[in-house]
Amino acid sequence: MSHSHVSTTINGQAVQYACPTDASLLEVLRDQLGMTGTKEGCGSGDCGACSVSLDGRLVCSCLVLGVEAQGRTVDTIEGMADKNKLHTLQTKFLEHAALQCGICTPGVLVAARSLLEKNPDPTEQEVRYWLAGNLCRCTGYDKIIRAVLEAAKAMREEQA
Amino acid sequence: MSAQTKQFKVIGQRLQRPDGIDKVTGRARYGADIDAAGMLHGKILRSPHAHARILSIDTSAAEQLNGVMAVITRADFPTPHKGFEDVQDNCMAGDRVLYDGHAVAAVAATSKHIAKQAIKLIKVQYQVLPHVTDVEQAIQPDAPVVHSGLVSRRVPKGFSENVVRYSSFGHGDIETGFKAADAVLERTYKTEATHQGYIEPHACMASMGLDNRADMWVCTQGHFWIRNMCAGVMAMESASLRVTASEIGGGFGGKTTVFIEPVVLALAKKSGRAVKMVMTREEVLRATGPTVSTMMHVKVGMNKAGRITATYAKLFYQAGAYKQATVDFGAMPAFAPYALENVKTEGLDVITNRPRTASYRAPGAPPACFAAESAIDELCQELGLDPMEVRLINAAKGGTKSSYGPTFEDHGLIQCLEAAKAHPHWQAPLEINQGRGLAAGFWFNFGGETCVSVFLNNDGSVTVTEGNPDIGGSRASISMMVAEELGIPYEQVRTTVTDTGSLGPNEPTHGSRVTFAVGLAAIKSARAIIDEIRARLARMWEVDVTDVVWQDGAAHYTGNKAGTFEPLDLRQVADIANNLGGPIAGHHEANAEGAGVSFGVHIADTEVDPETGFTSVKRYTVIQDAGKAIQPDYVEGQLQGGAVQGIGWALNEEYVYGEDGCLQNTGFLDYRIPVASDLPMIDTVIVEVPNPGHPFGVRGVGETPIVPPLAAIANAVSRACGKRQVDLPMSPPKVLASMQKA
Amino acid sequence: MQYIAPTTSAAAVAALAACNGDARLLAGGTDILVRLQADLVEPDLLVDIKHIVACQHITEDASGFIIGAAVPSAQLGEHARLSQVWPGIVEGMGLVGSTQVQGRATLTGNLCNASPAADGVPAMVAAGATACVVGPNGTRQLAVEDIPTGPGQISLANNEMIESFSLPPRPPRSSDAYIRFIPRTEMDIAVVGAAVNLTLDETGTCIAACVVLGAVGPTFITVNAAAEALIGSQVDEAALQAVQNACSTAATPISDKRGTAEFRKHTAGVIARRAAIVAHSRALA
Repeated sequence: MSHSHVSTTINGQAVQYACPTDASLLEVLRDQLGMTGTKEGCGSGDCGACSVSLDGRLVCSCLVLGVEAQGRTVDTIEGMADKNKLHTLQTKFLEHAALQCGICTPGVLVAARSLLEKNPDPTEQEVRYWLAGNLCRCTGYDKIIRAVLEAAKAMREEQA
Repeated sequence: MSAQTKQFKVIGQRLQRPDGIDKVTGRARYGADIDAAGMLHGKILRSPHAHARILSIDTSAAEQLNGVMAVITRADFPTPHKGFEDVQDNCMAGDRVLYDGHAVAAVAATSKHIAKQAIKLIKVQYQVLPHVTDVEQAIQPDAPVVHSGLVSRRVPKGFSENVVRYSSFGHGDIETGFKAADAVLERTYKTEATHQGYIEPHACMASMGLDNRADMWVCTQGHFWIRNMCAGVMAMESASLRVTASEIGGGFGGKTTVFIEPVVLALAKKSGRAVKMVMTREEVLRATGPTVSTMMHVKVGMNKAGRITATYAKLFYQAGAYKQATVDFGAMPAFAPYALENVKTEGLDVITNRPRTASYRAPGAPPACFAAESAIDELCQELGLDPMEVRLINAAKGGTKSSYGPTFEDHGLIQCLEAAKAHPHWQAPLEINQGRGLAAGFWFNFGGETCVSVFLNNDGSVTVTEGNPDIGGSRASISMMVAEELGIPYEQVRTTVTDTGSLGPNEPTHGSRVTFAVGLAAIKSARAIIDEIRARLARMWEVDVTDVVWQDGAAHYTGNKAGTFEPLDLRQVADIANNLGGPIAGHHEANAEGAGVSFGVHIADTEVDPETGFTSVKRYTVIQDAGKAIQPDYVEGQLQGGAVQGIGWALNEEYVYGEDGCLQNTGFLDYRIPVASDLPMIDTVIVEVPNPGHPFGVRGVGETPIVPPLAAIANAVSRACGKRQVDLPMSPPKVLASMQKA
Repeated sequence: MQYIAPTTSAAAVAALAACNGDARLLAGGTDILVRLQADLVEPDLLVDIKHIVACQHITEDASGFIIGAAVPSAQLGEHARLSQVWPGIVEGMGLVGSTQVQGRATLTGNLCNASPAADGVPAMVAAGATACVVGPNGTRQLAVEDIPTGPGQISLANNEMIESFSLPPRPPRSSDAYIRFIPRTEMDIAVVGAAVNLTLDETGTCIAACVVLGAVGPTFITVNAAAEALIGSQVDEAALQAVQNACSTAATPISDKRGTAEFRKHTAGVIARRAAIVAHSRALA
C-alpha cells in the first residue's frame, strides 16, 4: 500500500502525517493521530458517530480519505471546548442529561454545532432532520433535541 | 424511617454525572480507544453459509504472509470447562458452522490491512447442509435439524428435534374461565428478530504472558462475567485473567456475553503479543446476539363487564443455534399486569440456523406482551369497552397471585394506570387516520451477586469502588446514595468501576439491577463506615456506642454528658482516623434480594397513511413506577430510550434472511433503527411507590420501558387503520396489505 | 492504490487512460469509500475530480444552468436560484443520505453509481439534463437518460469522465418535484421514487410534462403515458388519477428487503400523483 504525505489543519493546528492512500480520515484521526474522540459506529456513513467538519462542512470522516485533507481544515470534538471552557452545546448536553452511554455524543455535538453555525434559531423539526444521520440508541433523542434547542437559545442570547 | 416519609438532601436532585465532561469532550475511553505499544490487530474469518460441515481449513498461505503473527482455528482452543461448550462453539465453530457469520478462523497481524489480507488467504472447504431460519418452518416435523439429541423430556410430541425445551406457568382452570366469558378471542401473532443496536461495536484488547496469566480491556456490561466465560472457554483459572471494563457505548443486554473475547485471548496466547480486535458493524449484526423471533398463539376470555375470565398463551421462541431459556421470560410476564383466576402459558424453545441470541432489555417479555396486550385491546373493541377501564378493573395489586406464581408485594401498576387516565394525552382529540394505543407492561427486575467497597480517604473525601460498568449515569446515582447516607455533599464522593482483580464478583449491568443492587450494597458499605466511626469515637470519648449517633454528616454524642463532646464531621474524623486505629472502610457482599417489580403504562398516538401504510408516531407518553427516582433525568432517559427501542421493534426493525439462510440487512442502512426525525418528544411520568426491599425505595427502571411499546404501537396502528395488526414489524407493505384485504 | 488530484479534466482523463489496472473517479466518495472499506473494490488508481475548476461551480446563463460534477448536494441546496428554478432536482439529491453525506455526495456519483434507487436521477432525467463528458478524444454531450444502462452499469467508457451537467433554459410557469417513499423519515434507500417536471400555459393548461420513476425497475422508468395524461389537462383529478394508474402500470419492480413488488407497483402511482401535485402547485406559484 502506497503512502501519501499530507499537510492539513486540525482544530486550528498545522498537522502533517503520512497515511496509506486507502485510509479514511477517521482511521488517520484515531489510529495515527491518537484523536479517539471521533468514534466509529458503522464505517459506512449511516450512524454519524464519526462526524467532523471539513472546510466548515459537516461530513462523516469514515467517508473521507485521509489524503483528501491535504490543504484543508478539519474540526473535531477535541477542538470544541475553548481550552478549559466548554462550548455552550457541551454545557447544555450536561445540564439536560442529553447523553447516556455517550458514544454518539461527539458526533452529535459536532453536527449540532454545524447546524447552529448555519441556522442559529432552528425549529424542533429542523434539529430532528439535521441530526437524522446521527444515530442514538440510548436516549430516544428527546433530551438531545431539547439540549440543542436550549443551546441555540443561550447562544442567541450571548450574541444579543 | 420509611422511604416514603424520609426527607432527602441529595436523592432526587438532577445532578451531573461524573463522567459527563469526558464524554462531551471526546476524552472518555471506549473499547476501540484502548491500545498498547506493539499490539497486533485481530480479524475473524466468518462462514458465508447458514449451515455447513467444515471439511478442511488450510491456513498455510495466511501464515506465510509477512506480518501475520498467529492464525487460529478451533483446534487452538482447549477443551472448555463444563458448561462452556456452547459458548466456545459460538465463538469459534467446530466441525460445523451453524449460521451465516459463524467464526471459522482468526488471525493476528501487525496491521489491520495485513490482517484483512491474511483472512482472504485462508481456504475453507465446506459441505453445505440444509438450513432453517424461520420459527414456523423450524418446528415442522420434516424441518432440517440444527442439533440432534437436545430435546428435553417435557417437550410435547409432533415437532421436529429443533423444539428443545418446554416450560409452563399459571394457575386455575382456563377451560372453566373461557366458558364464563362473553367473548373469547384467539389469534396468532408473530414478531421478527431485532438487534440491540448499540452504536459501539464490540472491541477488546488482551495480552497473555508465558505463565498464561492474562489482562484484558473490553467494552462490556459485565467484566466479571467476561472473565468467567473467557476462563471457561480457555480452561483457565479466573484469577489468572484480569479484566478491565472500558467506557461502554451501549449494550442493552447484548454485551453480557462473549463473542470475540476468547478469540482475542487465544490469538494473544499463540502470538505472545497484545492483540486488539474491533468488530465491524456487519459483524455485529451477523455474529453477535440478536433477539428471538416468535410465533405466539393467544386466547383471552372477557365478560361484558370487562373482567378477564381466562388467558392462555403458547409461545414458540426461535433463539438461534443453541438451547436458550428466553421463552420462559416471555411465558412468565405475558399476563403479569392482571389479577387472573385462570391463566396458563406455555413456552417452547426452538433452535435454528441463526446466531445465538443474547439478552435485549427485558429479554423475552416484549413479544409476549405484544401478543397479550393486543388480544386484550381487540376484546375491548369487540365488547365496546374502554381499554383503560378494563386494565384498571383487572390490574394486579400487592397481594395478587401473579400469573407466573409468586404473590406480588406492593407495586405501582394501579397508580400508573390512574396517572395515565389523568394525563392530558389520554383525552386529547385525534385527527383522521389516527389511532391511540394503550398497553401495560411488566418486568421482574433482578438483584444478584454484588460487591462494593467504600473508603474514607485521609482528607475525608470518599471513594466508592464497584464492579458494574456505567452505561446511563449509575456512577452518579451510586455517589448520590452514598452522599445521602453519609450526609455529605455529592461532590465529596467519587465512584469508580474497578477491574476484576480489585473486587469480588458482580453480575453485569443487566436485569435493571445496578441502581437497586449496587446502590443497596453501597448504602450498606456506608453504614459500615458509620458504625466503625461510632465505635471508635465511643472508645475515644469513653462513652457507650449507642450514645454516638451519625446525623447530618457528623457524629454526635447524645448521652447524659451532652455538651461535653463537639460533633465531628467526616473530614474531622478522617483527620484523626489514623490515631484511632487506622484506615476506615466499609464493604458489602451479597446476593441482593428484594429487587421489586416495575410496571409501566404507555400511550401511543399514530397516524397511518391510507395510501402507503406508512405509520408516523404523533405523540407518546410513558408512565412508570420507579419506586424512588435517585436522579430523575436518568430515569426519564431510561423510559424514553426503552420506549423508542420498542417503537423501532414495532415499526421497522427486523432481521431479513434470504432463501440461502444468509442475513440480508447487515448495516444500519437497512437495519432501520429510529432516527431523530421519526419521533416526537417522549413524555414521561415517574410514579413513585417505594420498593420495600431498598432503603430509599428504589426499583430498577431500565427494562420495563421496552415491554409495552410493541403493543401500544400495534394497538394504535390497528385502531388508526381499522385492521388488527398481528405481525411485527408493521412495515408499510404489511400494513398496506392488511388494509387492502377485504 | 495510487491517489491523484489533477486540476484539469484533460489531466484526469489522461491518468485514466494511462492506468493499466482498475482506475476509478472520486467525486464525493460516499459510495466508493463504503465499497473500499468493505473490500468490494480495490482500485489501483483513484482520480479525485474535486480540484478541477470546471467541476467545482454552479453557473447560470441564457442557456440554463451548468452544475460542476464535483458540486456536493449541500451546495445545490444553498444555491437560491437553482433551488427556485429546479426544486425537484435539488430536493431529489437532498434526500440522499444524511446531512453529513450531503456535504460530500454529488449528482455525478449518484448517477454513475447507477443504483436503480438513486434519488438524484429521476428529476435530472425529467428535466432533460445533459452531461458534458470528457474523454481521450475530446468532449461530447450525452443525455443523462442515456447514461445508466442497468444496475451498476453505465454507458460511459472507463477512460471518460463527467465534467458537468447542463439544465435547459426554463419557460415561465415551469417547475418540478421529486418525492420518494421510504419506511422511515430519513436515511433509507428509496423504495419508490417519482419525479415530475411540467410547464403550464397562461390558462393553467399543462403544455409539457415528463414523469420519471425510480426504484421500480433496473434503471429509472420514463412514463410517457403519465406525461400524456398531464399534457393538455388542468392537472385536475382526472389527470392525476391517470398519472397514478399509468405509473403503477409502468412500474416493473422486484421484491426485496426494502419492499414487495406489489407494494412498489401500487406506491409508484401514489407517489407519482403526489409529485405531480407538488410540481403543479410550484408552477402556479
